[in-house]
Amino acid sequence: MNPQADDRGARQSEVVAALARVLPRAAILFRHEDTVAYECDGLTAYRASPLVVVLPETEAQVADVLAVCHRLEVPVVARGAGTGLSGGALPHRWGVSLSLAKFNRILNIDPASCTAVVQSGVRNLAISEAAAPYGLYYAPDPSSQIACTIGGNVAENSGGVHCLKYGLTLHNVLRVRGYLADGEPVEFGSEALDAPGLDLLPLVVGSEGMLAVILEVTVKLTPKPQLARCIMASFDDVESAGAAVANVIARGIIPAGLELMDQPMTAVAEAYVHAGYDLAAAAILLCESDGTAEEVAEEIERMTEVLTASGASRIEVSRDEAQRQRFWSGRKNAFPASGGISPDYMCMDSTIPRKRLAEMLRAIGAMAEKYGLRCVNVFHAGDGNLHPLILFDANDAEQMRRCELFGAEILEASVRLGGTVTGEHGVGVEKLNSMCVQFSPAEREHFFAIKRAFDPAGLLNPGKVIPTLQRCAEYGKMHVHRGMLPFAELPRF
Amino acid sequence: MGHGEAALRRLTERVRAAAAGGEQLDIRGGGTKAFYAEAPRGEPLPLAELTGVSSYEPSELVISARAGTPLLELEALLEHAGQCLPFEPPRFAPGGTVGGMIAAGLTGPARAYVGCLRDFLLGCSLIDGRGELLHFGGEVMKNVAGYDVSRVLAGSWGILGVICEVSIKVLPRAVATTTIAFDCDQTQALAQMLAWSAQALPLRASSWYENRLTVRLAGAESAVRAALVRLGGSRLEPETAERWWRALRDHTHPFFQPTVAELAAGTCLWRLSLPVRTAPLDFGSREWIEWGGAQRWWRSAAPAVQVREVAARAGGHATLVRAADKTAGAFARPNAAVLALNRRLKRAFDPAGVFNGGRLYPDL
Repeated sequence: MNPQADDRGARQSEVVAALARVLPRAAILFRHEDTVAYECDGLTAYRASPLVVVLPETEAQVADVLAVCHRLEVPVVARGAGTGLSGGALPHRWGVSLSLAKFNRILNIDPASCTAVVQSGVRNLAISEAAAPYGLYYAPDPSSQIACTIGGNVAENSGGVHCLKYGLTLHNVLRVRGYLADGEPVEFGSEALDAPGLDLLPLVVGSEGMLAVILEVTVKLTPKPQLARCIMASFDDVESAGAAVANVIARGIIPAGLELMDQPMTAVAEAYVHAGYDLAAAAILLCESDGTAEEVAEEIERMTEVLTASGASRIEVSRDEAQRQRFWSGRKNAFPASGGISPDYMCMDSTIPRKRLAEMLRAIGAMAEKYGLRCVNVFHAGDGNLHPLILFDANDAEQMRRCELFGAEILEASVRLGGTVTGEHGVGVEKLNSMCVQFSPAEREHFFAIKRAFDPAGLLNPGKVIPTLQRCAEYGKMHVHRGMLPFAELPRF
Repeated sequence: MGHGEAALRRLTERVRAAAAGGEQLDIRGGGTKAFYAEAPRGEPLPLAELTGVSSYEPSELVISARAGTPLLELEALLEHAGQCLPFEPPRFAPGGTVGGMIAAGLTGPARAYVGCLRDFLLGCSLIDGRGELLHFGGEVMKNVAGYDVSRVLAGSWGILGVICEVSIKVLPRAVATTTIAFDCDQTQALAQMLAWSAQALPLRASSWYENRLTVRLAGAESAVRAALVRLGGSRLEPETAERWWRALRDHTHPFFQPTVAELAAGTCLWRLSLPVRTAPLDFGSREWIEWGGAQRWWRSAAPAVQVREVAARAGGHATLVRAADKTAGAFARPNAAVLALNRRLKRAFDPAGVFNGGRLYPDL
């Protein structure tokens, strides 16, 4: 493998010829003008031109593509809608990008057992739309749900604003079916609630396309709550907002959603969608209750009590569904809104223990000054999952460099506070260096061993998620240069 | 901390010695689930030194505890703070440990309504077959850094390594809990459980046994009150209900404990895990159904192959839980491709085959 760069054309011809024996010509793209649209995912700062893009339509074609690639030792990068934020679907220069866009059929909605069987290219929101006539929906709701596919959600173990109460992708998937790198069919999980042997479903969910190519997913559907109402609470300082989050939970309340936005973020979102946010507040919390009308009334009253006692300066409860949607519209559009005020933004995704929220916000403020870049903050506060958005201009190499350092420092601080470098967006290529901070060489070697158990030839999405020893050594050196230790002394549990 | 570190050091040294000497170890918690899987073999490796809750802050909804911590102690601590392990791990007998709970990966009556043990597992530390202490996951709710190794340990029966410490998500106890019962046959009960599951009701457990459907409602006062009006049925006294669910959860009901004479006569206790929609399986065995229909316990003397065949045809699998003779294998086997992955993962974590050989499958 890894022929010299000037052999790329020859290699491309070889791979295209082999694929042409198992796929219709129209399903194979290799001219630059045809493949350019596949050069990146939602993390647009990283781009690579794939050797070939294939768009198979049948399972047999996918199995054949995998067999061909396995025989020729060609890397395979599976791809859904390309909305991922960590470069997980970034093409491999010597590899095939396997688009699953044509696997977009909902195969079965079974309202009696509250399940749906869907192909992996089905959009997240399309499942809920198809289930709606039965009073059911698919609970995980990443902000990109209008476009992102269930296959991509499985690859990343995606969350959303309601996962404190309803869980992540893993908690809402019963079974996945697909192929290993060599084209062998596999199935993990079951239509029953468990399957024989080691439970491999949690390994495959969140594996960023490195263990198997998934074509079919059985998801759990949830009865739609009768009613949902949302509280918008304003706070004069972020400390009280952070404390309010802990207080709500300490009172035994699990809100359907609990989100925090800082003042710069609310200003940006308000200008973008006019959600009615309190622009005077240092931070606002969106706190949602769902259930029966009685339940919601009872819970909203308890939430209001706790938020008021925690120092909320203003509380507004959504009067109707339209207003509730408006409250959420700002939050759900936080990323595009930020894109509107800056040429580029880098979205971070670490998770920290909830009690450290205020401390973390202060630390991020200090970093913003240090690196001379603006940063707006939106948090899934209920889960301690942070999305600081660093605003920068990617055309300015110096800004890009500062942005990367800023991001890495946020992630390192998160690990130091007892958290993790990625809560729901995945490692992809973006957080490879940060994985060196969070995991020891022995732990990373176990990740490689798991990868080898599923994909001995290392062809599925190679180079993502797990940094090599050499890369970590280089990253470690960089730290020493900056006068910092790579946190060798930290307990990581 | 010092105490725990010394215990960890002794354990890793013991594992290294075993790996070097080609020895097999049988990781021991409280031994309360020894009957459940395949028979243990190898030298006992007790974890009694590795005890204690290492961190617990109720507002974080996470508890971290060392593997040898008694499960009842952990549950008492949670109850004191108004919280619980929502997946209701079966205890079978006093003396069970947190590590044993994770290794067995079993979930109690609430399974179909709140999720399984694996869903609540956030992180772990374990000693692999090379004697390396490793950490995966953490104490936070959302974490996708690297493969989710800690969750694979749930139900691994210790074959991948020594589970040393775990972090588990916990939840507040429900404000209100009520149990109601209905007289009905199996067909009616299955249909009823399905219909209710598709509605926004505060269901927290369901059971059908001896022509009686029993349902537990739990949640906000108002939600439970409204559900009671909607569902009807006869209410159980709180103490009676508590006893009932505990007898099911911990298998203290005589149904789950065939006598020595019954076992000798060939009676076995089977657990069938099935798609929830599976119609009544007319097999002539005494049956106890829970999880809305997805878990069915059978007392049967039928040959193991027949029971497994019935379960597999329905899209599920069957576990031989109690029997005088377990040569048919405690657990059903996955298909060849997945079994091969099981083997390769076992080799990756435990290349010398030190841990709990044969506990999951005789040849693994």
